[in-house]
Amino acid sequence: MPAAPVPEVLSAPLVVEFPFTRSLGPVQSAFLTGLRERVVLGVRTGDGRVMVPPVEYDPVTAEELRDLVEVAPTGTVTTWAWNDHPRRRQPLRTPFAWVLVRLDGADTALLHALDAPGPEAVSTGMRVRVRWAAERTGAITDIACFEPDEDRGAPAVAPAPHDGVFTDPVTGIVAEARLDYTYSPGRAQSAYLHALGERRTVGERCPDCRKVYVPPRGACPTCGVATTEQVEVGPAGTVTTFCIVNIKAKNLDIEVPYVYAHIALDGADLALHGRIGGIPYDQVRMGLRVEPVWTDGGRHPDHYRPTGEPDAAYDTYKELL
Amino acid sequence: MPVSKEPVAVVGIGQTKHVAARRDVSIAGLVREAALAALADAELTWSDVDAVVIGKAPDFFEGVMMPELYLADALGAVGKPMLRVHTAGSVGGSTALVAANLVAARVHRTVLTLAFEKQSESNAMWGLSLPVPFQQPLLAGAGGFFAPHVRAYIRRTGAPDTVGSLVAYKDRRNALKNPYAHLHEHDLTLEKVQASPMLWDPIRYSETCPSSDGACAMVLTDRTGAARSPRPPAWVHGGAMRSEPTLFAGKDFVSPQAGKDCAADVYRQAGITDPRRELDAVEMYVPFSWYEPMWLENLGFAEEGEGWKLTEAGVTELDGDLPVNPSGGVLSTNPIGASGMIRFAEAALQVRGRAGEHQVPGARRALGHAYGGGAQFFAMWLVGSERPAT
Repeated sequence: MPAAPVPEVLSAPLVVEFPFTRSLGPVQSAFLTGLRERVVLGVRTGDGRVMVPPVEYDPVTAEELRDLVEVAPTGTVTTWAWNDHPRRRQPLRTPFAWVLVRLDGADTALLHALDAPGPEAVSTGMRVRVRWAAERTGAITDIACFEPDEDRGAPAVAPAPHDGVFTDPVTGIVAEARLDYTYSPGRAQSAYLHALGERRTVGERCPDCRKVYVPPRGACPTCGVATTEQVEVGPAGTVTTFCIVNIKAKNLDIEVPYVYAHIALDGADLALHGRIGGIPYDQVRMGLRVEPVWTDGGRHPDHYRPTGEPDAAYDTYKELL
Repeated sequence: MPVSKEPVAVVGIGQTKHVAARRDVSIAGLVREAALAALADAELTWSDVDAVVIGKAPDFFEGVMMPELYLADALGAVGKPMLRVHTAGSVGGSTALVAANLVAARVHRTVLTLAFEKQSESNAMWGLSLPVPFQQPLLAGAGGFFAPHVRAYIRRTGAPDTVGSLVAYKDRRNALKNPYAHLHEHDLTLEKVQASPMLWDPIRYSETCPSSDGACAMVLTDRTGAARSPRPPAWVHGGAMRSEPTLFAGKDFVSPQAGKDCAADVYRQAGITDPRRELDAVEMYVPFSWYEPMWLENLGFAEEGEGWKLTEAGVTELDGDLPVNPSGGVLSTNPIGASGMIRFAEAALQVRGRAGEHQVPGARRALGHAYGGGAQFFAMWLVGSERPAT
């Protein structure tokens, strides 16, 4: 069979997002709870420096750090970068400067946003102060941003010891993560998906080992060579093995119990995965002969149902489990 | 004359008490506990460590993309080489092997290796079920993925369907002797295992691993370091990793070729010709109970089709002649990113004679085994109480 004309390669957005939780441990708990109470805490390291934000372990000696101190809500910009196009969930909706601020009493700088009218209003060495959020929950966003402060010079602040104890401390946060991808399944799977649109299942044969891959990946994973020869397989196939799923997954709209099966379509050299229907779940068996059932608008067969043929002999599919 | 490898000794082992959720510590605090326990076991300090090798579960599992960056200060790695290893569920094993190879190659003398996971901060089932466009969502999580392979094993071997429950009951009983194990089910009976709900038929609830928070660390060192060790070391007699694709025509999910090749390489390095007779204990990665008989065959302890007979005959019990997972195994403790290293560490504890209540008396050689991905990454080491010949 000659290679078919190259079809359009598909692509679609893939959004991966999850609300990860984070247990804070003693130091971050004190730091974030402090912000809620408009107190900025740092930690003193073994060599006497004050780190803001605080860390749990000494960057030089690796010893545990628990010696908390309170620093001032004012500080000095140590470096900055202008952000002309604020993105979703950044601290400010108008253009702002990302700044590293060394708070008075601290020896290290904290990353945050500076609300300034434009880059000409920002400079290294400028004095800034915390603008507290109106509603504070024990999060870094309790500092809404920094804002320019009158330049009275950096005061000589001696950080005051702090026991880090607050009522109702914050012990965990939710760190929502989101990644936006553009996903493309590539040439071979695009061709496979286009054929599925015509309710045909088309795999690709490896030129070396002659195995037919369904779905095709464009290359043979065993031989490491490109596959181009298209081979229509099925539509019927054999259930080679399966399980009965009895627990409902949150992200799946399938009623349980259902049968999740490996199905070797006739002519394919490895099994694809599908759901078995049209037969009570407890009567599904290895060797059952099945065919696809399509629904309008479905990209894939909705499920596979028995053809009524006699079961396949184990020896005919035992290499395709 | 070729330069021989430096013999590698395990002189420090530390674990956290594995639990469902460690809400009292950050991830940094969690790894720190295991690292300090390993250093205390070796009677060493941070300054004695030359490099740190760290492993964890796939990034989506807990949303930490660069643990080597985040955890450098907690692990005393500032000013030292630190690197991260990534091989899905086998990562704890391969992390230990990368660390061991740094010592064997005389790149570093003493290496701290550590693996961890805080499953409570994420959801592994979600992490394994990303909504990839154009694919048909059929399944969530690992149980449904592996259950058809278990069915294939049962069909291929004719094993009675009770074998899985025997493994689960044994491992959960063994866990009662391991203070670090997550599950301590004092009231569990074999009948309860067999009556537990069928989740992914043929896998029952009590035949699946839990979701755990935990970390495991080891200190690996050279002959000089071993000579200073206050306690008997475990010596690495062989170690290997093998990989294969997730899916390919001819892949044998029941007994993957990469697993067989990995085991054969380890036995060759260690001079083992009859693993069933020559090994005293095995810590293998059994997240679903049926994987014990499956791996017994894959690792060469039984002929093909015969693994379940060892389980059924009690050979793999703590007092059998080939104890498997004396610690309670993955079925009792599963911080995924750490589970492989726990297998390696438990094997080392056995040959050091330091496994406590779950000690196999007189164990001299033990295998630690890990697998991951779609049964496609394998990592194993064989440790012994005697220093290997150089």
